[in-house]
Amino acid sequence: MLTKRIIPCLDIKDNRTVKGVNFLDLRDAGDPVELASRYAKYGADELVFLDITATHEKRKTLAELVLKVAQQIDIPFTVGGGISSIEDVSVLLQNGADKVSINSAVVKNPPLINDLVDRFGSQCIVVAVDAKKIEDQWKVHLVGGKVPTPVDLFEWVSEATDRGAGEILFTSMNHDGTKAGFANEALATMSKLINIPIIASGGAGNIHHFIEVFKKGKADAALAASVFHYKEIPIGYLKEKLSEKGIPIRLVTKETIQRSIK
Amino acid sequence: MKIVIVDYGVGNIQSLKFAIERLGYQARLTESSEEILNADKVFFPGVGEAKNAMAMLKDKGLDQTVRQLKVPTLGICLGMQLMCQQSEEGNTQGLGLLPCVVKRFESNLKVPQIGWNHFDWVKGDLFQSLKPTEYMYSVHSYYVPLGDWTIACSDYGTPYSSALQIDNFYGVQFHPEKSSFSGSQLLLNFLKL
Repeated sequence: MLTKRIIPCLDIKDNRTVKGVNFLDLRDAGDPVELASRYAKYGADELVFLDITATHEKRKTLAELVLKVAQQIDIPFTVGGGISSIEDVSVLLQNGADKVSINSAVVKNPPLINDLVDRFGSQCIVVAVDAKKIEDQWKVHLVGGKVPTPVDLFEWVSEATDRGAGEILFTSMNHDGTKAGFANEALATMSKLINIPIIASGGAGNIHHFIEVFKKGKADAALAASVFHYKEIPIGYLKEKLSEKGIPIRLVTKETIQRSIK
Repeated sequence: MKIVIVDYGVGNIQSLKFAIERLGYQARLTESSEEILNADKVFFPGVGEAKNAMAMLKDKGLDQTVRQLKVPTLGICLGMQLMCQQSEEGNTQGLGLLPCVVKRFESNLKVPQIGWNHFDWVKGDLFQSLKPTEYMYSVHSYYVPLGDWTIACSDYGTPYSSALQIDNFYGVQFHPEKSSFSGSQLLLNFLKL
């Protein structure tokens, strides 16, 4: 049976992880590669690297980071942040990224989804959507959720799906940073509407929130940052709890971890 | 041991090279027919769309090369599908190394299947010391139904071949290079065949 995925997200600025991380046993908590390998060993199913510098000059250093990650990480990873062209995507995939996530650029220019899918295949094109519920209407926002648009969330994800997107990464601006749970109602609506996997983001605060996002929100994957970085929720423990609740999940046994850590 | 990865222009084959390196082996990416035919182990990767990938393989004349191989050869994901007789994706003629037809998932489940799935059963040397309960990472919209050549079975709405073998030709639907401990074990098993 296909399992639900748990995805830690690493915010990257100038090739360093930004959000504070309190893994005492890391030599360098700001080193994305070391943090990523730790997550991979303890059972993360995938990783997302979100480049929040994402200026033109920094593109090259992001590509170098992607290469280092690909050399050391043995689970799939997605790279996002400021990607706006076929060339951007091409460099990241060539350097070993499994998928790229694209946000503002495809809202401004939807046919770019088709172009990317034709060139690289659906499997590596994740359309990221930031949206906010305003007066009962979910509206797509740009630039990390700062700039509102008149675009309806559900219409947009349907269009992105029709244009060939492989997955949707949906962040609720109403829930992001609140640690009060995911946007389960909107997620469930979306899940009925589209037939591609949905990654839920924004609002993870405790284990119960993860149970709810899979049971009520019908999400295929759940993404979170701070609860993992600050070790509030250890990934292995979270996965055990989800499994106890009957949610299909890939468990990584202590035995396996011991075997692989030299 | 000479290990090569057939480089015919499909994406993300670096990851496979890196995974082999992490196991302490060296692999070369190559489009040279001579180098491929002189290798001891051959990886035949693939992501993307079947018809395009097959056209790229033929453009480089590597379809004949792969057919001639006598050493253990591992098709991965689309690579495995191209080893088959035919694919419903773009109605593509494959290499015909495995007498199987590749079909599209038709179920109420989401397509593509993206994520970690385990096995209903596995058999043979490729799965040495791997239990059916181990998970592998897959991304695919098309599958090979169960048949005589199935050496591992998984389920996504319907049971399907997550691995195939005939003689020296092996194929896996999942990505061992992205499947953590279990995937590394499978790659190691292949390299030790």
